[in-house]
Amino acid sequence: MDSDDEYMSGLSSEGEDNILQDESDEEGSDGDDFGFEDDEEPEPDLGYSQKDSVKKEKKSFDINFKVYHPADIQTQQDELINEVNMILDIRKEDAAILLRHFRWNKERLIEDYMDRPNKVLESAGLGPSTSGLQLESIMGFTCDICYEDDGTQTFAMKCGHRYCVDCYKQYLGQKIIEEGEAARIQCPNDGCKRIMDSKSLDLLVTADLQQRYHEILTRTFVEDKDHLKWCPAPDCQNAIECGIKKKDLDKVVPTVACDCKHRFCFGCGIPDHQPAPCDLVKKWLKKCADDSETANWISANTKECPKCGSTIEKNGGCNHMTCRKCKNEFCWMCMGIWSEHGTSWYNCNRFEEKSGSEARDAQAKSRISLERYLHYYNRYANHELSAKLDKDLYQKTEKKMIQLQTASGMSWIEVQYLNTASQALQTCRQTLKWTYAFAFYLARNNLTIMFEDNQKDLEMAVEALSEMFEKPVTELADAKLKVDIMDKTSYCNKRRVILLADTADNLANGVWSWGISF
Amino acid sequence: MATTLATKRLSKELAKITDIMPDGLTLVSATDFTSWTIDLTVLDANPLYLNQTFRLKFLFSDKYPMEPPEVVFVSLHEPPRPIPMHPHIYSNGIICLDLLGQNGWSPVQNVQSICVSLQSMLTGNSKNERPEGDTAFVATNRQRPRDINFYYHDDKV
Ligand SMILES: [Zn+2]
Ligand SMILES: [Zn+2]
Ligand SMILES: [Zn+2]
Ligand SMILES: [Zn+2]
Ligand SMILES: [Zn+2]
Ligand SMILES: [Zn+2]
Repeated sequence: MDSDDEYMSGLSSEGEDNILQDESDEEGSDGDDFGFEDDEEPEPDLGYSQKDSVKKEKKSFDINFKVYHPADIQTQQDELINEVNMILDIRKEDAAILLRHFRWNKERLIEDYMDRPNKVLESAGLGPSTSGLQLESIMGFTCDICYEDDGTQTFAMKCGHRYCVDCYKQYLGQKIIEEGEAARIQCPNDGCKRIMDSKSLDLLVTADLQQRYHEILTRTFVEDKDHLKWCPAPDCQNAIECGIKKKDLDKVVPTVACDCKHRFCFGCGIPDHQPAPCDLVKKWLKKCADDSETANWISANTKECPKCGSTIEKNGGCNHMTCRKCKNEFCWMCMGIWSEHGTSWYNCNRFEEKSGSEARDAQAKSRISLERYLHYYNRYANHELSAKLDKDLYQKTEKKMIQLQTASGMSWIEVQYLNTASQALQTCRQTLKWTYAFAFYLARNNLTIMFEDNQKDLEMAVEALSEMFEKPVTELADAKLKVDIMDKTSYCNKRRVILLADTADNLANGVWSWGISF
Repeated sequence: MATTLATKRLSKELAKITDIMPDGLTLVSATDFTSWTIDLTVLDANPLYLNQTFRLKFLFSDKYPMEPPEVVFVSLHEPPRPIPMHPHIYSNGIICLDLLGQNGWSPVQNVQSICVSLQSMLTGNSKNERPEGDTAFVATNRQRPRDINFYYHDDKV
């Protein structure tokens, strides 16, 4: 086996099957109670084609992943440790140290151990043994750390370096609490590579330190494994397993959703950025940071009405603005007339490239490229801002809905459509935001035009839904508007799926052509 | 204040070195258990350090000996105490030595063993030079020695 294969490293074969094919089996975190029977898996084709037809429809841009709760992470470690303990016939504590030393790559550990057991033990800090593990009080013993010889309890790991229990306690406290170390705590003796095992540790320190030690070990487990990542949401303790290969990140955007509801990219860890691939996102974010001064003005919440010049403030996510003074209806984004936005010939989302004659000299070229960038950047930033405003607005609405519930007798269930609509707005704006970064790098061709049409459809649907949200609460309770909002919500979600599926298919097939490389 | 491991251990170390101080080392001051100064000379006839005495300053935290002490060379006009010339000693006295970092430290090390290590570090040196980037480092460094993440060029020097 090629031990450097990035995909296989650290992954047991049964784990791999789960990742790739078995997303419907959500319970029991692998449940491989029969470590040895995994080689006798059912014939893949028979087993799975049947399953596929019953399980819920999977979208082409969805990726398989699995959420692990803290207890699952512990179970996974224990199972690997038990397996190595049985196969190699070594103590569980030593199996744990060896697995950590091999970054949880069980196959490579077993292979290497079979070849040269002594070398493996030595390099993992499990060198030759001299004594048993127990606390002892030894006459005439002087501790090399505290220099005391008062006949107190002492301890030595298998390397034989003996210190008093109090010194060990302080040493381990320093390593665990102050230095955040667990998997690679060495014997206190200078130059001794012996690693502190959990059984010895349990003998020496108090329960709370033991707990902290195991917490850090769990952390190390997730960090050591290539296919596991912590959910980046603050306070979330779950980890996600996903089998995506690094080299495939230009073809797939692996968005995963934690049980805590946080949706993020498994490839780069930032919040969901479909349909744009990780490298594009990285380049785009860098560009935005570098050019932040040029584009700064967009974050402003006020603009002037293009007709009468009075100041207009944006207080919801919707881009359909109506001037209070002159009643002019215009688009916040392009400042164009709103009524034209629904028509097939008006393009708010597309950047119209000027004809070549205008861009002859370098100065004109650079001006056009800046205009082009700002076109995409403004729309990108606007969706980000709008998503926030939509959320604020929903929170206000939610409060009023509670009042309305008591006044009109509507139940909590009956007002949930607003929650669903708000979620859809957030998700769709997140997608729209990244479609503009994506479009910035696209070359102009038929595929791009189709993409922009999809983008426009989704955008119009989102603006319409967003506008319904801005209605006063009394109108929101209206049965007709409720149905409209529910219809529009599902329409938005449908448009989003269409856009993402199309884009993902083209990405997987490598058919996008890029105007700007990333 | 309760007798901590740090004070217990340092009082024993102090008793031992006041009794017999190894060659080339002189205890200058050790009035409390937070800071000591020791003068050091190189034992062999390394021409780089001939007839020179260097002054070491030790700072102990209450986590000593679980945590290494902070050790620097300090310079003085009278009596003359220069900063020794060495590719791992910056001109402000900061020492880049694995032993004094979190990872290289062991609680069985002590003041005397540090001094002996520094003596042999000087003994084995033949380069009359400062570390690379010394000027910039000395001009800009505001970190305490133990918070600096040295890249240990090689352990032999
Ligand atoms: Zn002790
Ligand atoms: Zn040892
Ligand atoms: Zn989470
Ligand atoms: Zn990503
Ligand atoms: Zn107006
Ligand atoms: Zn517009």
